[in-house]
Amino acid sequence: MKGAFRQSMSWLHTWVGLLTGWLLFFIFLTGTAGYFDTEIDRWMQPERPLHTAELPVAEMFAIARKRLQDVAPHAEYWFVLTSNRRNVLDMRIIWTDSTRTDGKQNGREYLEISSGRPAEYRQTGGGQLLYKLHYQLHYLPDAASYWIVFLCTMFMAVAIVTGVIVHKRIFRDFFVFRPRKGQRSWLDAHNLLSVLALPFHVMITYSGLVFFAYAYMMPVVIANYGFGPGNHDRYTNELHLRAEQPGPAGFAATAAPLRPMLDEAERRWGKGTIGQIRLYNRGDANARVLLKSGQQTPARDHGALLFDGVTGALLKADVARTAPRLIGDVLLGLHEGLFAGPALRWIYFVSGLLGTAMIGAGLVLWTTKRRAKSGDTFGFRLVEGLNIGTIVGQPVAIAAYFWANRLIPVGIEGRAAWEAHAMFIVWAVMLLHAFIRPASRGWTEQLWVAAGAFGLLPLLNALTTDKHLGVTLPAGAWELAGFDLTVLAFGIAFAVVAWRLGRRHRSDREHDQRFWTPAYQETEAAE
Amino acid sequence: MAQGRSAKQGLLVRIVAAAVGGYVVAMATAICLSYGLPMRRADAVLTGVLASFVVYIAAVLWAFAARNTAHAWLGIAVPAVVAGGMAWAIGWFGAL
Repeated sequence: MKGAFRQSMSWLHTWVGLLTGWLLFFIFLTGTAGYFDTEIDRWMQPERPLHTAELPVAEMFAIARKRLQDVAPHAEYWFVLTSNRRNVLDMRIIWTDSTRTDGKQNGREYLEISSGRPAEYRQTGGGQLLYKLHYQLHYLPDAASYWIVFLCTMFMAVAIVTGVIVHKRIFRDFFVFRPRKGQRSWLDAHNLLSVLALPFHVMITYSGLVFFAYAYMMPVVIANYGFGPGNHDRYTNELHLRAEQPGPAGFAATAAPLRPMLDEAERRWGKGTIGQIRLYNRGDANARVLLKSGQQTPARDHGALLFDGVTGALLKADVARTAPRLIGDVLLGLHEGLFAGPALRWIYFVSGLLGTAMIGAGLVLWTTKRRAKSGDTFGFRLVEGLNIGTIVGQPVAIAAYFWANRLIPVGIEGRAAWEAHAMFIVWAVMLLHAFIRPASRGWTEQLWVAAGAFGLLPLLNALTTDKHLGVTLPAGAWELAGFDLTVLAFGIAFAVVAWRLGRRHRSDREHDQRFWTPAYQETEAAE
Repeated sequence: MAQGRSAKQGLLVRIVAAAVGGYVVAMATAICLSYGLPMRRADAVLTGVLASFVVYIAAVLWAFAARNTAHAWLGIAVPAVVAGGMAWAIGWFGAL
């Protein structure tokens, strides 16, 4: 009975993993790149200064106010997002002016902090596009993407649980890796990669599910808040203890100075932590000022202070969160990792890469197990082609996205969209190549392409911009230099694997057989 | 696991039990918790939803681990009915 249970779990693990492996690989890969989204943003806009200027929040607000007074002097609502947080390189201003009749009641702009002018860099999807790919599948509508990614995340969760059940000796195998033993090596690699970052895999998958709760939990919302529009809003308002802002009183009043409010907020949360400044009912007797903190902790702390905009009195201070909401927020906060400093950010990145590699090794393991028995069937060939075009093809496609950023002329119509198109066209070409070429050749050739695509990026950067390693290293601009050094390291790694694999194929046929076919004497030990 | 026509049908039954049955039992549990937990309604809803993923995953595992398809469905339908019934009872008596 116990054997049967493990067998059924092993079966489930294999097929759940295979069915969604390629998409999960994509989700893990782009999500992992997303941990350095801000750094990628900066690299993809080389017109930006070497070092990001940091300003006190009061000065930032002064810049924003100057611009807002030019573009929306009569607006009743001003919203300033400061730039001293991750993901936000430029200050953002948003306004609503319902007195306007030209259809431009709502507006938004990105402001460059140094000049206070709208930011004018090259159009690019940047690191944000790459990061969003892990839940918005670009060409698909958002709703379809969310359901597909939710389904994949469920499969991932099932794969993790079944994997742990199937895996007998987690701690012993932690130290076991038998290289050059064909199938056994791939199983070892898959196990090692899984166990090494298991807490990360569990956290990232479960919290991933929580992100999709919106559509998934509809029946629970209906059971508690009824049918009809606004039921989900009633739930979130109640959860977040949100109070309605009062409407305008209808008569004017002089606004209280903002400076004491900013000081009060920084006294409570610390210097440089104000993320949002919102002014409601500007110029009216019912004016309100809402200040919110950025996300400095894993718990996604959103400190909020509400002031009377006329008297300057503090109306409402941070409301303590209830335990369930804290748990939910910690899950989301850990997933996003916005709080992470450089060291922890690298740990996130490496954990993500381990997860990506785990999925890749699992996919390869499927083929090495079956090569001898069904290597010439259509299904096998399909899996193998998808494996090559995914495991090597997807990274190449991401490199192509960076190449496109440098090669598509600046200023042409739709260049940001074409960067993304270039990525998917290259991925399609890699997939095609994987099916046309014999498998062993397919792997080596694509690995060489990957080596070039990543390894030559710093050179391309040096030829097309003035923010290359020769400048960024002496200047100590580590965010920019880090990008070039990281892709260079990827290029070298791909080259090493390509070279070793190629040598193995060339050396002799026997060696080749040993690499690809299962070692029969060891198969019964496997699993 | 899947060999022959009846085995394929059995597999299909298990997949439906896992996907649809799993969702139903997860939602029934979440609603039951959202009604029954002694906390603010919004908090109870969130707690129920956070916990329901575990129920969903467990249901999927059960759908494929069960000895046969009848067991697979029973193991999912019974908890779903119990949770749904409890939710209904709490809703009913709570309304009185």
